[in-house]
Amino acid sequence: MEEALLRAVLFGTPILLASLGALLSERGGVVNLGVEGMMALSALAAFAAALEAGPVWGVLCGVGVGSLLGLFLGVFAVFLRANQFVAGLALAALGLGASGLLGKRYEGTPLPDPLPEGVLAGLALILALGLHLLLSRTRYGLYLRSVGENPKAADLFGVSVDGVRYLALALGGGMIGLAGAYLSLAYRPSWTDGMTSGLGWVAIALVILAGWQPLRAVLGAYFFGLLFFLQFRLQGSVPIPSEAFAAMPYLLVILVLALSGRARAPRALGQPFDRGR
Amino acid sequence: MRWELDPSPSLWKVFLAYSLFVALALLLLGLLFLLYGVSPLKAYGLLLSPLGDSLGLAEVGRRTIPLLLIGAGLALAFRVGFFNIGAEGQLLMGAVGGAYVALFLPPGPWTLPLMFLLGGGLGAVWSGLAAWLRVRFGANEILTTLMQNYLVYYLVVYLVAGPWKGQMVFGFLYTDRFPPEAQLPRLGDTLVHWPTLLLGIAAALGLQLLLFRTPLGFEWRILGENPQAARYLGLKGGRLILLAALLSGFLAGLAGVGEVAGIHLRLLEPAQISLGYGFTAILVAWLARGRPLWVLFTAPLLGLILAGGDALKLALSMPFRVVDVVAGLLLLSLIGAEALSQRRLIWRR
Repeated sequence: MEEALLRAVLFGTPILLASLGALLSERGGVVNLGVEGMMALSALAAFAAALEAGPVWGVLCGVGVGSLLGLFLGVFAVFLRANQFVAGLALAALGLGASGLLGKRYEGTPLPDPLPEGVLAGLALILALGLHLLLSRTRYGLYLRSVGENPKAADLFGVSVDGVRYLALALGGGMIGLAGAYLSLAYRPSWTDGMTSGLGWVAIALVILAGWQPLRAVLGAYFFGLLFFLQFRLQGSVPIPSEAFAAMPYLLVILVLALSGRARAPRALGQPFDRGR
Repeated sequence: MRWELDPSPSLWKVFLAYSLFVALALLLLGLLFLLYGVSPLKAYGLLLSPLGDSLGLAEVGRRTIPLLLIGAGLALAFRVGFFNIGAEGQLLMGAVGGAYVALFLPPGPWTLPLMFLLGGGLGAVWSGLAAWLRVRFGANEILTTLMQNYLVYYLVVYLVAGPWKGQMVFGFLYTDRFPPEAQLPRLGDTLVHWPTLLLGIAAALGLQLLLFRTPLGFEWRILGENPQAARYLGLKGGRLILLAALLSGFLAGLAGVGEVAGIHLRLLEPAQISLGYGFTAILVAWLARGRPLWVLFTAPLLGLILAGGDALKLALSMPFRVVDVVAGLLLLSLIGAEALSQRRLIWRR
């Protein structure tokens, strides 16, 4: 029982980190569908840096690459006011493709000194709490929420809508990068193409399931973690084909989306802000 | 200094914006090639190499076929406001349906039509499910269709490794070869299965007519342009979305039948059936700007990129993922250029 809970937390941590990152920018009104690609590329960056300079640099590098990719999405979603959904999907493809391409030389290389999973799992929990406080107790949190609900009003009050959104994308990108670093440095200390295995999409669905609340995302992530654990545990011991188990997280995401489809999203979610209009 | 909407950008400006972004995409792609360790010029040369000979052109043609079918359907779905990202899964469903008819029903002259019918039907069911979840429960179709891709992926893996695994094949994960009645004719020695090609061209023409020359198309366009207006006019939005989704899924299913009956002649591992046609077709449709007819030009263009990616893989043993990179960069530069050309910089607050 204890082992099950521990594994649930460890499985749930990358989902939690990535969904906190997506949640942050979505509260500011910017949809991030690039999570999967951002995670893959920062996992690779973290792994490469850790091989060269040690795990701490690996984590920093993963976070940094995640932040940069968040800002990259910002160029399209905020600066150019392009379609956020398409930009995110393109970023997902680009990130997955580029990491597969650049990571080829690292395939099969083991990481000499992996990070303890527990440390990062604890950090993820602290980040969730911090994000909750940031959103509910700080001035920036107020700005972020107002930008996500009604950017026009926020703009009239002198809040820099674009500035708030860039910061949210950079901070959120950093968390997504940390999720990637967790995968390649602690969870499975190695690099393989496609190692994110759909976790990024699960994280995006979790944001909706959690109703855009960081603390609820914690519970949801650990719940997903428990399901992943059960999937590994039951595999082989029951007469169900392993493909059915592998497909389970995706089926779950669909169910979650159907159950929480009408949850109230930030009102300006996905809409580019134009002062002139 | 600030951005403002530019309601009527000059052609010159549009051209400039697109050139800028295509140049940026090429630059970034070149950088990635450099990091990977090949000369960008050589890589670009290989990417365009299929244009050089008839064999290469046939490769482009073969890849154009599924892109035509899927792209035409997606152009319609996007126009109506149904963001179907699951064409990949719908194509695989089509392949499963086609394979079922080919392998388990008595062969005869009815086999091929029945394959297309069942394959297209399964594709339509698969996209219709996402449309129903959206209309009934408000589930975001971008995510549901994407998740459905993974579901069919594992279904196909299960089928070819388990119950449908061929009697005659031993170490390999695929079904037996289809009987001759279930194989599509090809053009000469190439892999261009022309009946499916004709279906694709017919789909592009037909959907164009449907969208621009019929009352149904008019309602579709209103709904896509302005959902609120559609509601005031009393249009049945849910039914319109469902219909567009079913059509696009059906066409993707047909594409899946074409791949297994025209090229592989058996059901095999999903990554080998579709070389990312579903995602590439999003680009085809986006480039066509909601006009199914334009797919006739944009599908071969993306077919060239897929064929070029294959050439890169063969010549430099580069992972096929390179196609994702090219597609992602192209999509980004497209929406970037579109957004940039619709804006102007004002030098005052």
